[in-house]
Amino acid sequence: MSAASFPSGEAVRGSPPVVDFSSASSCFDIENLSLAYDDKPALSDLTLKVPRHRVTAFIGPSGCGKSTLLRALNRLHDLNDQVTRTGRIRLEGQDIHAREVDVAELRRRVGMVFQAPNPFPMSIYENVAYGLRLQGIRRKRELDEIIEWALLSAALWDEVKTNLHASAWTLSGGQQQRLVIARTLAVRPDVLLLDEPASALDPISTLKIEELIRGLKSQLTLVLVTHNMQQAARVSDYTAFLHGGELVEYAPTDTLFTNPRLRRTEDYITGRVG
Amino acid sequence: MDITNETHSQHISRQFNQELEQLKTQLMAMGGLVEKQVQDAVEALLEGDSRTAERVRDNDTAVNDMQLKIDEECTRVLARRQPAASDLRLVLAVIRATSDLERVGDEANKIARNALALIEAGRHSRGMVEIRHLSEHVRKMLRDALTAFARFDTRLALDVLHEDESVDNEYTTATRSLVTFMMEDPRAITTILSVMTILRALERVGDHADNLAEHVIYLVKGLDVRHTDPGELDESLGQ
Repeated sequence: MSAASFPSGEAVRGSPPVVDFSSASSCFDIENLSLAYDDKPALSDLTLKVPRHRVTAFIGPSGCGKSTLLRALNRLHDLNDQVTRTGRIRLEGQDIHAREVDVAELRRRVGMVFQAPNPFPMSIYENVAYGLRLQGIRRKRELDEIIEWALLSAALWDEVKTNLHASAWTLSGGQQQRLVIARTLAVRPDVLLLDEPASALDPISTLKIEELIRGLKSQLTLVLVTHNMQQAARVSDYTAFLHGGELVEYAPTDTLFTNPRLRRTEDYITGRVG
Repeated sequence: MDITNETHSQHISRQFNQELEQLKTQLMAMGGLVEKQVQDAVEALLEGDSRTAERVRDNDTAVNDMQLKIDEECTRVLARRQPAASDLRLVLAVIRATSDLERVGDEANKIARNALALIEAGRHSRGMVEIRHLSEHVRKMLRDALTAFARFDTRLALDVLHEDESVDNEYTTATRSLVTFMMEDPRAITTILSVMTILRALERVGDHADNLAEHVIYLVKGLDVRHTDPGELDESLGQ
C-alpha cells in the first residue's frame, strides 16, 4: 500500500520522478540534468527534488554518478573544463547557474564535506575561524561565539574546548571530520553535502557523525553520498538509487529498504547478482 | 516489487543464500510436524486411540524446540547480515510464522488432552461429525497456507483468507447446536464442554492458518494485510 502512495521514482524521460515529501518542501529542484566528462556521459537526464530540512542519501555502485550529482549541487564541476552539462538545478527556486549567481556565495550556502578529513594545517580555532575571517568577521568576541556554536553543533566542543589552539592534526580522524563539519557550519550554510563522510572512520566515530547528521537536519538540509547502505538506511529520510548515471528509484528510505518497487533496486540493496 | 521463491537464492554471497534457504526448509519442516499433530489429535479422538493422543502430547516439546531453533537462526541472520527488502521480509515472515505454528501445536495438544478425557469417559458424545468437518476444513487451510508459503503463492494465500469466514460460521453453528444438547441432557455437559473446547481449538487453528496466509502476502508483496478485510484485499492485490 505504501508503494502506491508515492508516484513513480523510475527514470523515464519526460516524466519526472516525484516523491511525496508531505510536510517538507523542496530545497533543490533538479530538472533534466545531464552531465558528461569529455563526452562520456556521467548523469543522464536526472529529475528529482531534494527536500528541505531532511537527509537525502544517494546510493549506488561505484561509477553510478552519485558523487558527480553531489558535486553538481555546488558547482564543483565548474573547475573542470572537460565537463559539459545540460539541464537545470534550482536552489530555493533560484537557478544556480544563472549569470548573477556568485559561486563563492553559492558554496558558502552549500557546504561540502569530503571522504578524507581535510583540516587546514593550523589550530582547531583557526580552522573554524578561517571562513569567518574570509567573510570579514574580525572581532574576537564575535569569532569566539560563532566558533563555540559551530563546534557545539558539530558535537566536538566538549572534546576540544580546553585546547582550541592545539594543531588540528592532533585530533583523531573522527574528530578531524567533525572539525571539518564545524568549519563548514561556521559560515551558516543552508545545505551540507557529505561525500562518504564516514568511510575512513572507525564504527564509533561513524556513529558520532551519523548522530550529528541527524541532529543537524533541524538547522539545514543534508545530502549524503554513501557506499554503506546500512548508513543510508540509518540516517536518511529519502534515498535515491542511481545506476549507470540514471536515477533508478527514489523513495522514502523506509520504503526503499523494506519494499523497493524495482528489481534493480532490490538486487542492489540485498546484494544480489544484478 | 513481487518476489518469487527463487529470489532468495541469487545473492552474491552463497552462504547467505544457504542461510535463507535453511530458514525456509526449517519452517516447512515445522509446518509439516504441526499439521501432523493436528491430524493425529483429531484421529485419536475419532478413533478412540489414546496412545496416539499421548504421542501428540509428547511431541509438543519437539514443536516448541523447533520454534526456538528457527527463531535463534533468524536472530543470527538479522545480527550478522542486516537483511533488507525481501530478505528482511523473509526473516520477519518466518519469525511470525513460527509463532503461529507453535500456537497451532498448542491447539493440537489441547485437542489431544480433551480427546484423552473423552476416551476415558467412555461415553459416545455428540459433536463428532462437526469435529470431523471442521478439522478437515481447517487442516486444508493450514496445508494451503504452508503450500502458499513454500511457493510464494499469494493467490492461494488469498484463498485461505477467504476461507476463514466460513470456518467461523461452521464453528458458531456447531456450538449453537451443542448448547441445545447440553440443555436437553445436563448429564452430557462435561463431555460436551470437552467437545466444544476441541471445536474452539480447531477454529483457532483456522485463525493461525489465516495469519500464515497474511505473512505470505507480506513476504511476497511487501503489504501488511493484517487487520484488513479479505474483500478489500482482492482489489489491492489485483486478483
